[in-house]
Amino acid sequence: MISTALTLPVAVPLLAAGLLVLLPDSTGLRRGTAGAVSLGVLALGIVLLVETADGSVVRQTVGGWPAGISIVLAADMLSALMLCVGAVLVLASLAFAAGARDDREPLFLPLVLMLSAGVNGAFLTADLFNLFVFVEVMLVPSYALLTVVGGPDRWAAGRVYVTFSLLASTVLLGGVGLLYGVTGTVNLGELAGVATRDTAAALAAGVVLLALAAKAAVVPLHGWLPRCYPATRPSVTLLFSGLLTKVGVYAIIRIYSVVFEGTGLGPVIMTAALVTMVVGVLGAVGQPDMRGILCFHMVSQIGYLLLALALFTERGLAAGVFFLVQYVLVKAALLACAGVVEHTHGTDRLQHLGGLARGAPVLAVSFLVAAFSLAGMPPLSGFTAKFALLLAAAEEAAYLAVAVAALVSLLTLTSMVKIWTAAFWGAPPTEAPRENVGGSPTSSPHLGDAPPDAPRRTTARTRARPVLLAATVALAVPSVVLGLFAEPLLAAANTAANGLLDPSTYVEAVTR
Amino acid sequence: MVTAALAVGVLTAGGVFLVLRPGLVRITFGFVLLGHAVNILLLTAGGTERRNPPLLGHGDTADMADPLPQAFVLTAIVITFGITVLLLGMARAHADWADATRTDRTDGGGGSGGRSRGGRSRGARSRGARSREARSRDTGSRDSGSRDSGDGGTRDSSSPHPREEGDS
Repeated sequence: MISTALTLPVAVPLLAAGLLVLLPDSTGLRRGTAGAVSLGVLALGIVLLVETADGSVVRQTVGGWPAGISIVLAADMLSALMLCVGAVLVLASLAFAAGARDDREPLFLPLVLMLSAGVNGAFLTADLFNLFVFVEVMLVPSYALLTVVGGPDRWAAGRVYVTFSLLASTVLLGGVGLLYGVTGTVNLGELAGVATRDTAAALAAGVVLLALAAKAAVVPLHGWLPRCYPATRPSVTLLFSGLLTKVGVYAIIRIYSVVFEGTGLGPVIMTAALVTMVVGVLGAVGQPDMRGILCFHMVSQIGYLLLALALFTERGLAAGVFFLVQYVLVKAALLACAGVVEHTHGTDRLQHLGGLARGAPVLAVSFLVAAFSLAGMPPLSGFTAKFALLLAAAEEAAYLAVAVAALVSLLTLTSMVKIWTAAFWGAPPTEAPRENVGGSPTSSPHLGDAPPDAPRRTTARTRARPVLLAATVALAVPSVVLGLFAEPLLAAANTAANGLLDPSTYVEAVTR
Repeated sequence: MVTAALAVGVLTAGGVFLVLRPGLVRITFGFVLLGHAVNILLLTAGGTERRNPPLLGHGDTADMADPLPQAFVLTAIVITFGITVLLLGMARAHADWADATRTDRTDGGGGSGGRSRGGRSRGARSRGARSREARSRDTGSRDSGSRDSGDGGTRDSSSPHPREEGDS
C-alpha cells in the first residue's frame, strides 16, 4: 500500500512544477501549491519513517515490470530520514523566499519544485543509472536558479558551477557505463558486494564514487562550492546547502555500503575526511562575509560525514546519520541568519556590520544557538553528534581523527565567534558602506530584480520581515530540541546504521 | 572495440581541451564532445560484437544487441541536448546582460568606450577602459566573466584572448 506512494515524491513535485508554469500569476495560489506539495512530501517521509522504524525496506517496482527489468524505488530508514530533512529544507527555503520576495520571479517556484523532485528521486532510487538521471533533474534547475535569480556575481559563479557540475555528471555517467560494462547491471541490489570480489568492478565503482565526491565538495574537488553558493540569493543558498551536496554524500554512503560492503576504501575515505575538515575550516578564515564563511564550513562539515563512513562501525555510522540530519538544519539556520542580515542591512560583509544583537535580539539568539551547535557546544544537537562521532573514532583507535575533529571544532567555534563579534556585538558601524564596495558594479535595475540583486548596497530597512525571522527561528529550534531530546533521532540513526552495516534487507528488497 | 576506445579517447581529449578554454560557447562544444565520448562508452559497455535488433522471435538471442545501454544512451543524449540548449541560453543571456550593464555604465554614450572611437577624446576613452579593468580586478571571477562577454575596453588592446570576440 505505502509502497505505491514511493513514486509520489518524484512525480507530484514535477507535475506541480509544470502546473505552476501554467497557473495564472497569483502569488498566493503559487505559494500555496508549492507549499502544499512540499508538506505532502514531508508527510510521506514521516509515514515512511514509521514504516521503516523496524529496519524493514519499502520498495516499489515502477510500472509493474518483473524484477531485473523494472526500475526500483526503495526506502529504508536512511532514505526516509533524508526525505524528511529535504522536505523541511524546501519548506524553509520557500518561506524564506516568500519573505524576501524572491518568488516573485515567475520561474522560481517551478524550479524549486523540480529540484526537490530530483533530490527525492535520488534519495529513493536503487538503480545507479536512475541516480544519474535524478542528479541531473536536480542539477539543471539549480543551474537556472543560480543564474536567473542570483546576485551581480551570478554569471561568473554560474559558469564555474555549471562547468564543474557538468564535468562531474559526465564522469558519473562514464562510471555507471563502466560498471555496466563490467557487471552487466546497474541495479544496486544486484551490485551488492561486487566490488569486493572483482577488481575491475571496484575500479568502475570507484569512478562513480569520485564523481559523487565532486558533487559532495570533498577536498580536493571542493573549489566550486565556496565560489558559487554565496553568489546567489540567500533563499537559494539555503536550498542548495541542504540538498545538493547532501545528495552526493547520501549516494556515497549508500554505494560504499552496498557495493563495497564497507571495505577496501577505509584509509582513502579517512584521508579525504581529515583533509576536507581542515581545508574547509581554514578556508573560512579568509572570507570577508557571513555566507562566504558559512559556505567554507559546509565543506569542512562534509569531512565529519566522511569520517563516519570511513569508520564503518555501528556507532560511527549512527553518529554520522545523526550528524547529517541535524547538520542540515543547523547550517540552514545559519544561512537563514546571514540571509536576514543581508536582507535587512543590504550586506553581509562583516566590516559593514555591528551591533545587530541590540536591534535584532531574536536573530542574534537564533544565530548563537545555531553557531554553537555547528561548533559542537553542549547541550545542542551538534555536540551530541560530534561527541558520538569522536567516541566511535576513539573506539576504533583512530586517535589522529579524534584530534583533528576536535581541533576543527575549535576552529569552527573561532569562526563563529568572529561572525558574532563583528556582526552582532559591538557598536554599529558609523561609516556607511560606499556603493561600490565588494567588487559589485552598478546593479541592474532593468532586470527588475533590484533590491536583492544589489546585496552589497545599504538599504535603510532595519527590521526583518516576520516571515524571515520565523523561518530562521524554526530552523534554529531543532538544534536545541535534538540536543536535549536526542533519543528518538539516535534510535532512528541506529536503525539506519544497522541497515548500512548489513544491507541484506535492502539488497533483498531491491532484487526481489 | 579498439576503434570505440580510440573514439572515446579522442573525443574526451577534444572535449576536455574545449571545456578548459574561456568562453561559454567553447565550453558548450566541449560538453557536446564529452557527451559523445560517454555515449560511445555506454554503447561499448553493452558489447560491440552482437548487432542484431533485440526483438524476441527474430533470430538467435545470442546475436542480439543489449538494449539497455541503448536506452541509457537515448536518455543521456536527451540530457546532453537539454544541457547544450541551457548553456547556449546562458551565453546569450550573459551577453545581453553585459551589454545592458555596459550601456548603463557609460551614461548611455554609444555603448562601450571601445566602439565610439570618433566621439570621444583618447584620454576619456582610456580612462573609461582603465576604470572598467579596475572594477573587473576587484573580484577575480568577475574578470573572466566580463572578458568573455567581449567587454569593449579589454578587447581593444590588452585582451589576452582576442579570439573571444566571435563566440559570445
